[in-house]
Amino acid sequence: MNILHPQGPIGAAERTILIDSVAIMLAIVVPTILAILWFAFWYRSSNRRARYAPEWAYSGRVELVVWAIPALTIILLGGVAWIGSHQLDPARPIDGTGPPLKIQVISLDWKWLFIYPDQRVASVNTLTVPVGRPLQFELTSASVMNAFFIPQLGSMIYTMNGMVTRLQLRADNEGRYQGLSAHFSGDGFPDMMFDVRSVSGTAFQDWAVAAGRTNDVLDAETYADLARQSTARPGKIYRLDDPGLFEAVATQRIPPGPGPSLLAKGDAEVSPRSR
Amino acid sequence: MLGKLSLAAIPIDQPIPLIASGLVGVVILGVLARLIIAGHLPYLWREWITSVDHKRIGVMYVLLAAVMLLRGFVDALMMRAQQAMALHSQGYLPPEHFNQIFSAHGTIMIFFVAMPFMIGLMNFVVPLQLGVRDVAFPTLNSVGFWLTATGALLVNISLVIGEFARTGWLPFPPLSEMTYSPGVGVDYYLWSLEISGVGTLVAGINLVTTVLKLRTKGMTYLRMPMFCWTTLASNLLIVAAFPILTATLTMLILDRYLGFHFFTNEAGGNVMMFMNLIWAWGHPEVYILILPAFGVFSEVVSTFSGKPLFGYRSMVLATMAICLISFMVWLHHFFTMGAGPDVNAIFGIASMVIAVPTGVKVYNWLFTMYRGRIRFSTPMLWAIGFMVTFLIGGLTGVLVAVPPADFLLHNSLFLVAHFHNVIIGGVLFGAFAGYTYWFPKAFGFRLHEGLGKAAFWCWLIGFYVAFMPLYVLGLLGMTRRMQHYDVPEWHPWLVTAAVGALIILAGIIFQVLQLFVSIRARASLRDVTGDPWDGRSLEWATSSPPPVFNFAVPPDVNGEDAYWAIKQQAREQETAKGEWRYEDVEMPRNSPTGFICAFFATLMGFALIWHIWWMVGAGALGAFATFVVFAWRDHDEYVIPATEVERIDRAHLEQQRPVLSEGG
Repeated sequence: MNILHPQGPIGAAERTILIDSVAIMLAIVVPTILAILWFAFWYRSSNRRARYAPEWAYSGRVELVVWAIPALTIILLGGVAWIGSHQLDPARPIDGTGPPLKIQVISLDWKWLFIYPDQRVASVNTLTVPVGRPLQFELTSASVMNAFFIPQLGSMIYTMNGMVTRLQLRADNEGRYQGLSAHFSGDGFPDMMFDVRSVSGTAFQDWAVAAGRTNDVLDAETYADLARQSTARPGKIYRLDDPGLFEAVATQRIPPGPGPSLLAKGDAEVSPRSR
Repeated sequence: MLGKLSLAAIPIDQPIPLIASGLVGVVILGVLARLIIAGHLPYLWREWITSVDHKRIGVMYVLLAAVMLLRGFVDALMMRAQQAMALHSQGYLPPEHFNQIFSAHGTIMIFFVAMPFMIGLMNFVVPLQLGVRDVAFPTLNSVGFWLTATGALLVNISLVIGEFARTGWLPFPPLSEMTYSPGVGVDYYLWSLEISGVGTLVAGINLVTTVLKLRTKGMTYLRMPMFCWTTLASNLLIVAAFPILTATLTMLILDRYLGFHFFTNEAGGNVMMFMNLIWAWGHPEVYILILPAFGVFSEVVSTFSGKPLFGYRSMVLATMAICLISFMVWLHHFFTMGAGPDVNAIFGIASMVIAVPTGVKVYNWLFTMYRGRIRFSTPMLWAIGFMVTFLIGGLTGVLVAVPPADFLLHNSLFLVAHFHNVIIGGVLFGAFAGYTYWFPKAFGFRLHEGLGKAAFWCWLIGFYVAFMPLYVLGLLGMTRRMQHYDVPEWHPWLVTAAVGALIILAGIIFQVLQLFVSIRARASLRDVTGDPWDGRSLEWATSSPPPVFNFAVPPDVNGEDAYWAIKQQAREQETAKGEWRYEDVEMPRNSPTGFICAFFATLMGFALIWHIWWMVGAGALGAFATFVVFAWRDHDEYVIPATEVERIDRAHLEQQRPVLSEGG
C-alpha cells in the first residue's frame, strides 16, 4: 500500500510532486534547523568568546532576507500547486490503451459496491480492472460519507449521498492492490478495505463474461439487503439487473441507507450496538 | 419524568469506562473530603470559586486544562495500545468504544486542554503586561471560565451516563444525524461545545476589549509586548470564528431535535454546507491556539537571550497577517471532495502563504538568539524544542497544502502526525513554556528545574518516537481511526508509536512530580524580587504573586520592553523608583454569578441531552435569574485605602531593590 511505490500514472505524478515539494522545503528547513541549534549552542551564556549585543534588535537587510526566503519558497511551491492541481484534477480524463472503462462506485454501510454498467455486472469489495485502460469512476454514497482510495494508484475522492464525484485512474501493472475508505464512517469502517485486481485486458473480458453468467442478480431486493449496516468479505459478484441503479442511488430515488435505527428501539436510544 | 434517561444508560457491561470513572470519582471525592475536613471550603469559595480576579481565573483555566490533559492523554494511551494490538484481531476495545475514545480525545485536547490553557495564560498575563489592574469585564470573565468548566464536566459525565460521540472530534453529517447516530453521544458533544463555546466567546470579547481599551499610560500599540499582540490576534479570531461554530452546531441540533434538514441526506439537506461552515471556524481555530504560543515563545526567547525581540514590527505585521489570512484557507481541509482545480489551487496557495509570516517569525526568534547571552532554563528548552519541531510540522503542513500531495495524504496518519506535530510541538510546548515561565509570577516560587528538564526531554523524545512512525504509516497508506487492520507492514510502526506514547507518559509523570516537589520545596525555590528570570515586560515589575490590584501605581511606559527600561534607568541613576503618591484603589467585588450560572447551564445541558424538558426549563430559568440578579446589583466594587496600598507596595519595593540597584 506504499504510496511511494505507485502502480499507475496518477500515483506516480503525485509521488513526484510530493517528493519535489519536500525537497524544495528541506533546502530551507534543514539550514534553518542547523542555524537554530548552532546559535543556541554558540551564544550560550557561558561562552565568553561569543559576542553579546544586548541592544541589537533590528537590521533592514536581515528583515529583507527573512521575508524573502519563505516568500520565494512559497512562490515556487505555489507554482507546483497550481500546475499540479490542474494536471492532476481527479475528474480530468487520462490516456491509456483502449477506451475508458466506466466503473460506478457506491459506498454502503460498510462495504463497497462496484458497478460495471457496460458489462452489466457488479461486485462487492473487489475491484477488477484491466491493466493500461483508463478507468473512469463515478462515485456516490448510499448513506454517510466515505473516501475511495487505492493508495498505489493515487488520488482519493469522497463519496457523498445525493452527489456524484468523478475520478480517473489507471493501473499500469498487473497485480493485487489494496483499497480502503479514507473517511471514518461508523463502526464497520475498518472493514471497508477492498481488493483491487489489476488483470490483463483479456482476463478482464473473461472475468466480466463469467460474472455476467452468475446466478446472483443485483436487483432492488438484493440492493436493499446490501444497504443495511453490515460488513462483507471481498469477492461477491452479481449480474446487474438495472443499469440505472447508480443514478437511482445518486439522485436519491432509492432512499439513503437506513442506519442502525432498525434495531431494537430501547437499545438504540442509548448506545446503539451495530452488530 | 427523566426523558430518555434510565438505568440502561450506565454501561455496566463495559468495565473499562466504569473502572476509569470510578477511580476518578474516588479521587474527586477524596480531594473534596480532605478539603472539607481541613476547612478549606469557605476559603476556596471566597478566594477562588467566586473570584473575579483575572490572575485567579487564569490559574483556574490552566488547572482545568491540566486535569483534562490527563484525561485526554489516557484516551491517547488507550488508542495507541489498541492499534498496537489490533493486527488481524479486534484488540481489546470494541469499535463502539474505540470510536468514542478517539472522538473524546480530539474534542478534549482541542476544546478543554489547548483552549483553556491558552486562555488561562492570556488571562493571567495580559493585564499584567499592559500594566492594568484587571480585564475589561471581570465578572464576565468568571462566567466564561465556569461555562468552559461546564462543557468539560458534561464530556466527562458521558463516560458514566450514556456514551460520547462516535463521530470524530468534528461530527460530520450525515453520520452525526439522528438516522446514523441515534444515541446521546453526539448530543453530549453538541451541548458541551454549545455551552463552552459561549464561554470561549465571552473570554474572547473580554480580552479583545482589554487589549484595545485598557492599557496603562504610554502603552501604545507598538509598545505592547509581543504576547499582547498575539493575544489580540487570537481573540479577534475567537470573536469572529466562534459564532460560526455555535451557529453550525445549532443547525445540527435543529436537525437532530426538531427534524430540520440542514445537513441531512434527505429533503434538500447539504453536507457540504456543514463542511464549509465547520472549517470556516476550524481553520481559524488552529491559529487561535498557535498564536498565543507564538507570543509565549517571543517573550521566552527574548528574555532568556537577554535581548529585545528581533524585528518587533515585522513580528506584529506577521501576527496580524496570519490573523487575516487564516480566514481564507478553510477549503484545504477538503481538497479531496472534488471542488475543481481552480478552487483547490487557490486555496492551496492561500494556505501556503500563511507559511510566509510564520517563517518570518521563526527567523526573528533565530535572530533574537543571535548575539544573545542564552540561558537554558526550562522555558528556553521548550522554545528551542519548539522551533526545531515546528519547522518539521510546518514543512509537512505546506506539503498537504499542495492539492496533488493531499490527494494521497488526506485523512491518513501522515495528516494525524502533521497536526500533532504542530499542536504538540507548537501549542503544547508553548503552553508548557508559558506555564514554567509565569509560574513564579503566579505563586512566588519557581518550579523545580531538574524535573522540568526531565519532563521536557521525555516529551521531546516521546513526541518524535510517537509521531515520526505515523508519518511513515501515512506513506504506507494507513488512514486514521482504524479500530483494527490486516496489514502486517503497519504493525511495527504502530508498536513504536505506542512506545513513544509511554515516553510521553514519563514526561507527564515528571511534570506532576515537579509540581508536588516544587510545592514542598517552595521555601528554597522562593523568589521575592518578583523578577526571577531577569524579565523585560511589566508583569515582572510587580511582586510575585502580584497584589490583587497588580500595580500600586499604574506604570508609565515610554518604550518597548518597559520593565527592562525601568531597570536600566534605576541602575544608571542608582535610585529605585521615586516617591509615588498612593491613591485609593477600587477593585471589583467577587461574585458567584459565574459559578451559579454554570451550575444551571450544566443542569440545562444535561437535561437537553436526555430530553428532560422540565429540567431544561428549570436550568434556563435559573441561569437567566442569576443574570438578572447580577444586573440589578447595587455595589460591585470595593475600595482598598491608599495607606494599605502603600504598605503593600513599600514591602515589595524593599524586596525588589536588589534587582534595581545592581546588574541582574
